[in-house]
Amino acid sequence: MPLKKILNAEQISSIISRLAFQLIEEHNDFSNTVILAIQPRGVLLAKRILEILIEQSYKVDLGVLDITFFRDDFRRNEKSLKANKTNINFSIENKTVVLVDDVLFTGRSIRAALDALQSYGRPISVQLLNLIDRRFSRELPIQPDYCGIQVDSRLNQKVVVKWMEDDDEDSVYLERNYNE
Amino acid sequence: MTMRILYIWKEIIMSNLSVNHLLGIKYLSLKDIEQIFETTDHFKEVINRKIKKVPSLRDLTIANLFFENSTRTKISFELAQKRLSADVVNLSSSASSVSKGETLIDTVNNILSMKVDMIVLRHPSPGASVFLSKNVNSCIINAGDGTHEHPTQALLDAYSLNQKIGSLKNKNILIVGDILHSRVAMSNIYAYQMLGANVKVCGPKSLIPKYIESFDVSIETNLTKALKWCDGVNMLRIQNERMSESYFPTVREYVQQFGLNKKILDSIEKEIIIMHPGPINRGVEITSEVADSEQAIILDQVENGVAIRMAIMYLLASKI
Repeated sequence: MPLKKILNAEQISSIISRLAFQLIEEHNDFSNTVILAIQPRGVLLAKRILEILIEQSYKVDLGVLDITFFRDDFRRNEKSLKANKTNINFSIENKTVVLVDDVLFTGRSIRAALDALQSYGRPISVQLLNLIDRRFSRELPIQPDYCGIQVDSRLNQKVVVKWMEDDDEDSVYLERNYNE
Repeated sequence: MTMRILYIWKEIIMSNLSVNHLLGIKYLSLKDIEQIFETTDHFKEVINRKIKKVPSLRDLTIANLFFENSTRTKISFELAQKRLSADVVNLSSSASSVSKGETLIDTVNNILSMKVDMIVLRHPSPGASVFLSKNVNSCIINAGDGTHEHPTQALLDAYSLNQKIGSLKNKNILIVGDILHSRVAMSNIYAYQMLGANVKVCGPKSLIPKYIESFDVSIETNLTKALKWCDGVNMLRIQNERMSESYFPTVREYVQQFGLNKKILDSIEKEIIIMHPGPINRGVEITSEVADSEQAIILDQVENGVAIRMAIMYLLASKI
């Protein structure tokens, strides 16, 4: 399967800085904002963003949210869905929640995340931050508030985000002509 | 189908359980137990949230058929089902047509024709759930069948012990009391051994099955000696309802030899974990002082029971 690199480490790093500074611009001192990373792929992105916020001497709460039990495709696959840890040590009541995930594709994960959020309180508002927006593949009316890059891709293509921590490189690939 | 699989990352899928029903521990593999425990961790977090409910099983209907009395198991199953958002119907034998002479298969098939997806069965006959799984077309969970097995209890015991003392590999676990009539003992022996622990049983010879040593289980009739050996002990109740004759002279004599009290615990000079599957007969197999002590994890077991049952139903549901 041919892979096309669409972002290299340098580009990813500059996109993440831009996203972090966009957050700073919108959220002042983050006293009313919390960041929730969606398990499993949003966590590393959220940590990178948090590093920049800390460098800029902002203090912000980061939680991780697992959406497995809220997914709408449970029992519609051959295999079981594997849960991950949820760890939210703070209240989201009356806070602005920024959901962080690496790729926005059909929007179904985000729908599940919005459902899962309700178990933790009523946020004043919810925003969405994505590194990649596969803009022509949406199945639900969900759009990002902060977006790294938009990728035009077909349904049968695959966007692969690799992180230094897991795959020894920071890069984003577009897998072409999958199964054709 | 390929389209769907495309956007499912490798991180979020796992293999299924090797079984389609939960009939007994002996039908599970070590990998199944590990998968159940891992999933239980997540459900334990869920039931400690302010809002304890997840929508995973919202399109399933589960029938709880209890042909024998139960408090903990029944409530625990029902809470687990409700916290997974499943629809639940309950049937207990005293209020059912079983007393009018209907057979088990007929009862269950009638319930299944009302579009029920999963059956939780407690029955006084050993093997009832295995029998049912062969004769009806549904997912069966054994909630205790006579003196045979009580798999969810064994899983929650092993899980609770694991949380307290870490991996059970090479740990020594003691089961005290009425081994002969206890389905908990049978399932526990299978589960502990599968997780790599050594198991010893202790009780009056008349309440220990003759063949028990063929399970690689050792026997000790002196409680103090047995307690000195173990890291965790599971105290069992004398099951008077299953005894048609007398198995020991008097309750008083039983208490003196096999009742767990503070004095014996102090004498072994070792911290051990004390478990009890309930219901407790205070003052018989265990004194109140010990049952309410720090070492006893009886109420942790009950809490973990809900999470274990959520995990089992969640994992089995993905195979329906």
